[in-house]
Amino acid sequence: MADQTLPIPGPTEIPRIGTAGFSEWLHSWIVTVDHKKLGILYVAYSLFFLLVGGVEAMCIRIQLMFPHNHFVSPQVYDELFTMHGTTMVFLVGMPILFGFANYVVPLMVGARDMAFPRLNALSFWLTAFGGILLYFSFVGGFGLYGMGSAPDVGWFAYAPLTAKAFTPGHNTDYWALALIVAGFGTLGTAINLVATIISMRCRGMTLFRMPLFVWLMLAVSGLTLVTITPLTAAQVMLLIDRYLGGHFFDTQAGGSALIWIHFFWIFGHPEVYVLVLPAFGIASEIIPVFSRKAIFGYSTMVGATIAIFFISLAVWAHHMFTVGLTSVSIAFFVLATMVIAVPTGIKIFNWLATMWGGRLRFDTPMLFCVAFVFQFVIAGLTGVILAVAPWDWELHNSYFVIAHFHYVLVGAIVFNIFAAIYYWFPKVTGRMMSEKLGKWHFWVFFAGFHLTFDPMHVVGLLGMPRSIYTYPANRGWNTLNMVISIGAFVQAIGVLIFVWNLIQSLRHGKEAGNDPWDAWTLEWATPSPPPPYNFAVDPVVRSRRPLWDIKHPDDPDWKYEE
Amino acid sequence: MKRRPNLPLIRSGVFILATFFVALPPALGAVARASANTLAPKSTQAHEIFSLAMFALAIVGGIFVVVESLLTYAVIKFRRRKTDPDQEPPQVYGSLRIELAWTVIPILIVIVLFLTTARIIFAVQDPPPPKNGDLQVTVVGHQFWWEFRYPTLGIVTANELHIPVSTRQDPDPTYLTLLSADVDHSFWVPELAGKTDLIPNHPNHMWISPHKPGVYYGQCAQFCGTGHANMLLTVYVDTPAQFAAWVKSQRRPAVDDPAVAAGRHIFEMDACANCHTINGTTAHGTYGPDLTHLMSRATIGAGVAANTAANLREWVKNPNSLKPGAHMPAMQLTNQQIDEVVAYLTTLH
Repeated sequence: MADQTLPIPGPTEIPRIGTAGFSEWLHSWIVTVDHKKLGILYVAYSLFFLLVGGVEAMCIRIQLMFPHNHFVSPQVYDELFTMHGTTMVFLVGMPILFGFANYVVPLMVGARDMAFPRLNALSFWLTAFGGILLYFSFVGGFGLYGMGSAPDVGWFAYAPLTAKAFTPGHNTDYWALALIVAGFGTLGTAINLVATIISMRCRGMTLFRMPLFVWLMLAVSGLTLVTITPLTAAQVMLLIDRYLGGHFFDTQAGGSALIWIHFFWIFGHPEVYVLVLPAFGIASEIIPVFSRKAIFGYSTMVGATIAIFFISLAVWAHHMFTVGLTSVSIAFFVLATMVIAVPTGIKIFNWLATMWGGRLRFDTPMLFCVAFVFQFVIAGLTGVILAVAPWDWELHNSYFVIAHFHYVLVGAIVFNIFAAIYYWFPKVTGRMMSEKLGKWHFWVFFAGFHLTFDPMHVVGLLGMPRSIYTYPANRGWNTLNMVISIGAFVQAIGVLIFVWNLIQSLRHGKEAGNDPWDAWTLEWATPSPPPPYNFAVDPVVRSRRPLWDIKHPDDPDWKYEE
Repeated sequence: MKRRPNLPLIRSGVFILATFFVALPPALGAVARASANTLAPKSTQAHEIFSLAMFALAIVGGIFVVVESLLTYAVIKFRRRKTDPDQEPPQVYGSLRIELAWTVIPILIVIVLFLTTARIIFAVQDPPPPKNGDLQVTVVGHQFWWEFRYPTLGIVTANELHIPVSTRQDPDPTYLTLLSADVDHSFWVPELAGKTDLIPNHPNHMWISPHKPGVYYGQCAQFCGTGHANMLLTVYVDTPAQFAAWVKSQRRPAVDDPAVAAGRHIFEMDACANCHTINGTTAHGTYGPDLTHLMSRATIGAGVAANTAANLREWVKNPNSLKPGAHMPAMQLTNQQIDEVVAYLTTLH
């Protein structure tokens, strides 16, 4: 089998839309069941909400620039931070990562589409309508005046603040219903990805020859199935409380506020891994290609992923060290939380070892990935700090926690989202993104990120709690808040450079060709953009890096992989 | 062969250093001025937490230095140079021995850190039960203020907690029972203790053993609604003599000054009495703070404004102008009525 080859179709004529007119073009996107088009829809939808959530964050930072500032009213501030959190987790983080998976996973496993293309379309549109429903709350409910009915109970929506007695009106209903709808979409995509990965792999692609991104998406999809369910259940109970006289969380009638907190974090903590594991997957694809080396310790990476999958289901109560758990249960969750640092550490060391002895090419995707590793080490270590329960009694709900999880969500996940866009943009559009603007984007965003989130740790240590629209002037928080807000503006400039780069490169980017990064996984073995059928001939693979085998017939991977 | 300077790397290095030095002075200045600093322990359990925190910080600091140095070294050393041969570097697929090393060493670190942490969890969470004579206070969280009840002393007050100092020679810890009248809140005075939540239907307990007399600031740390940011908290740690004097003054009946009888009449006849208590009058409401010794407190509205006649006037006229979201409605009193009520309130020492 030494003459194994992979038939790569020549440059095909890509059906360009534009001649047929706008309505046909629109129709083709709305009725599409093609995983690539749906992937693009997911990413476009998420990028739009990334900007919306970003604007909300900017309003929050303007309000907090000075003590006793009056940029927004307390009610609007509560709506802003609730919508910012909900948007970034449910309308940006999950859909964009599932969007990448939608586009890339079938290509990576050599399939022609997802297992259930129509379920795929249904899932996207459910997710999209969930987002639209959430934002309709700004004008719906009470009516147009005052823009008063956006959710304002925090993205964690602790009971009994969500009870009718404390939040009359429809704010909380929008929050619960929108997330239930979006959650069904997410569940559909998760089922679809599991089915695709299990049953649609091309010949020769055993589980242990799958790219790591595919492995991680398999874990993420499994986690999604386990975690979205309790959230949906809790929201249904909340709606029963609000409309059908239920008492699940009604403390005035013997209900339990604590049960909500458990339900929320049984969803909420694995959710963090739902968001960060795809980011790990992106890094595990980009770092090897730009280091010019195979990923170090593939099997250990897979093992670490599986370990994280299971342990992440047993750490939720580390969000609850202050609610009055017994010392024994606190100790259990401390241990579980610290233990999850071990497989996570293994991943970091393996990325380091992949870079070790390589020839690192610092194109924009790699810059974002290296910054990801740098920042994720810090995020992981502040996570260990927060796992030290007695210290967490001080740090819980302070800005230290905000700094920690933004280090994860921005420093790790958003950085890798940008890396992924720079990396796969040529495949999706057939054009390269501008390296020059990419470098500007990276350095400005990197500077803004650190200016924002580094001082946030300090202001938390100085006792500033989260969710406050104003603060006393005598606590020593003033200068730091000003620095944080300036950093937020710098980040916003970085994002605007990115948007400009995206628009410019779509129209004027230079032609990419099939394989601009000299990469090794199957998506680069087909034209850019790929034809609707993905591969002219079903690929056959013999190793984890099929394109390496083709490029190095004298030294193929399958000789060395066990 | 001459090495070309690596511009992005140098730029990033310079940038990180510059950020650090620009950010450092304000950060240090802030630490020096901070009045709710988690790193300035003033009580037994805050000291326990602080020592554990420094131990944990040393461990994660060590890991930080090692891992980030390796990353920096790799980025500089293994970057592609123009002089590199045009072929791929040697491919390495893994090494079981190395991976075993970076699995086992972190596990050992986790064991050490976990055992140290567990010891402090039990020490702080499970103190010896209160003895007869130890001060017990019931804290009730309300939207958006604190009620403090001293059942053994017959005192009810709000927003400003008085407790006695507890020296090493003569320990005198205060035991708090934490309840909520409405939604979740969280009791947090950083220099004295970590947080404990106030959850309806779920009584919680904590204790404070403060070492140094003084005034300590904190605030509600669990989002509880519109007024959450203004749910501030002050703890006065008194010397035994100060504390005894305070208890004595709080146990006196309310001042009854005939000069302000008009204000008292309005207070008793209007809706004020539905929500507030003033001992010795017909006002027995419990929805709002007890005002029997209102003027013994430094602030009103849970720390939102100084307790002056002018601020009281503003508050009685329209509480939401000082504290958005406050549940007390504007009572629609005439200016003269407001003057009379405020004149009455300012006698309540």
